[in-house]
Amino acid sequence: MKELVIISGKGGTGKTSIAASFAALAQRKLLVDCDVDAADLHLILKPQVKENNEFWSGQSAFIDNEKCVECGLCEKVCRFNAITNNYVVDPISCEGCGLCARVCPVDAITMKDNMPGHWFVSETRYGTLVHAKLGIAEDNSGKLVTLIRTRAKAIAQEQSLDYIISDGPPGTGCPVIASLSGADVALLVTEPTLSGIHDLERIVSVCQHFGVPALACINKYDINEQNTAKIEEYCNSNSVNIVAKIPFDNSMIQALEHEMPVVEFSNSTATQHIRALWQNIVQELDDARTEKQT
Amino acid sequence: MIVSVASGKGGTGKTLIATSLALSLSDQTKVQLLDCDVEEPNTHIFLDIKAEQSSPALLLIPHIDEDKCTHCGVCAEVCAYNAIAALPKKVLVFPELCHGCGACSYLCPESAITEEGKEIGVIKQGSSGNIRLVAGELTLGEVAAPTVIREVKRHIDTAGDVIIDASPGTSCPVIEAIKDSDFCLLVTEPTPFGLNDLSLAVETTRKLGIPTGVIINRAGDNDQLIEQYCQEQDIPILLRIPLDRNIAVLYSKGIPLVEGMPDWRRDFLQLFHRIKEMLPTAEVSR
Repeated sequence: MKELVIISGKGGTGKTSIAASFAALAQRKLLVDCDVDAADLHLILKPQVKENNEFWSGQSAFIDNEKCVECGLCEKVCRFNAITNNYVVDPISCEGCGLCARVCPVDAITMKDNMPGHWFVSETRYGTLVHAKLGIAEDNSGKLVTLIRTRAKAIAQEQSLDYIISDGPPGTGCPVIASLSGADVALLVTEPTLSGIHDLERIVSVCQHFGVPALACINKYDINEQNTAKIEEYCNSNSVNIVAKIPFDNSMIQALEHEMPVVEFSNSTATQHIRALWQNIVQELDDARTEKQT
Repeated sequence: MIVSVASGKGGTGKTLIATSLALSLSDQTKVQLLDCDVEEPNTHIFLDIKAEQSSPALLLIPHIDEDKCTHCGVCAEVCAYNAIAALPKKVLVFPELCHGCGACSYLCPESAITEEGKEIGVIKQGSSGNIRLVAGELTLGEVAAPTVIREVKRHIDTAGDVIIDASPGTSCPVIEAIKDSDFCLLVTEPTPFGLNDLSLAVETTRKLGIPTGVIINRAGDNDQLIEQYCQEQDIPILLRIPLDRNIAVLYSKGIPLVEGMPDWRRDFLQLFHRIKEMLPTAEVSR
């Protein structure tokens, strides 16, 4: 079983559109939405939730104002400015370290467990989807991603599936690292803009840092062919194989408006490129498998 | 006035809006632009500003003085993030799990723990004309984006107007970037993904109690998707930027919209004045 994670650094380059098309093209696979913060894959896959689990992680401080003598020690020791002037804890700033509760001389502060989100195992017409919803303004997205990836692997093993395809979040921080580390291959979806190139360079470094082989796909490559040439040059000198160059194609947006994978929406140019892209990835994943065996 | 630019969904045009708004304002007044998308900071691509000052963003992590340590294990017990393991003869620190709360050093009965700054990012500052850019950049492989964002925001100077470019999403880095703003502009696009993530972003600004307005980027035939939602939620649509290949090409080359198409300056100034009118003057940060 091989795990492919689709990331990009920069947001809005087309990760989810491509992941949805892979859902339609791949056989014997399980799907994961690792963008737990602003998940969108479900809008296309339309899952039926089979398992709804609570995600418990971290704690928040609460001050009992009847016991509190307003000595100010909690406010002094808190590094996160979470204690307001009226001795109320701002739950958004509180990082749950518990130092205030430990130092309070009158035991007026208690720590309570947080439930920052939910995670789901669902059925879709493309197979099983493991996904999650982090509550608004909540913390611990990395832990939630790790949890759903672990569950996804267990299910894929039980069902003897060949592939796990996961749609990752934008950025380079905590949830991205949690989505990426230990995956077999990362597909980096980029676009020929200076921002896209800058963010691609950063995400390639993150892949190298965590030892995950990276492949690149240039979306809307014909928007700026000069920049596309720069991306190709950069990828060549950093051993990143470019596995697709998808032209700008309105059918990508139209498919999205109809909440369908583009490969099912029309037999457009983009569809043909994405089909070829998936074939290339299958080849790369199978090569990765042979290398591991030998 | 502090105006933040956020979006839920990535790639909707936050940086385009933040840079064009800052440039338009800078014709008339001093403006500070804070790049709080520290995982992928991009404002410097659009503004010709050289970093004059660069300072590290530090996370305070514990350092154990082995001579003083009696291996009592209190530090490991009080660490809420499992960043310390106390073995019978050795204390191990895992810096990547540390949040820098200081509980271990404060509570160590032997005062055997001091804190050392670990560099997890850099803050770059520079000026051009009336614009002062403060940009945070998270070191690759590091996770603590909110700490770097806090460091960027320490430089806020409300003597002039402040524009904050946030990261996509709705979790801790976004909260850290937009909290304490007077107003938050939410940039979206008229697609089902844009709408879904806009609704998450609106929930976020409501939870934080920040007044909000929407900008539709790549506007066109499907705007009613966003219009209907905004009407139901009673949120004003403050600006529309049409789906236009020329605008996309300018963006791809790193040219700010208001420089490639100077007519847009007037729209951005009007946008800013509308925001000002919507806010009670007494409550605005100055």
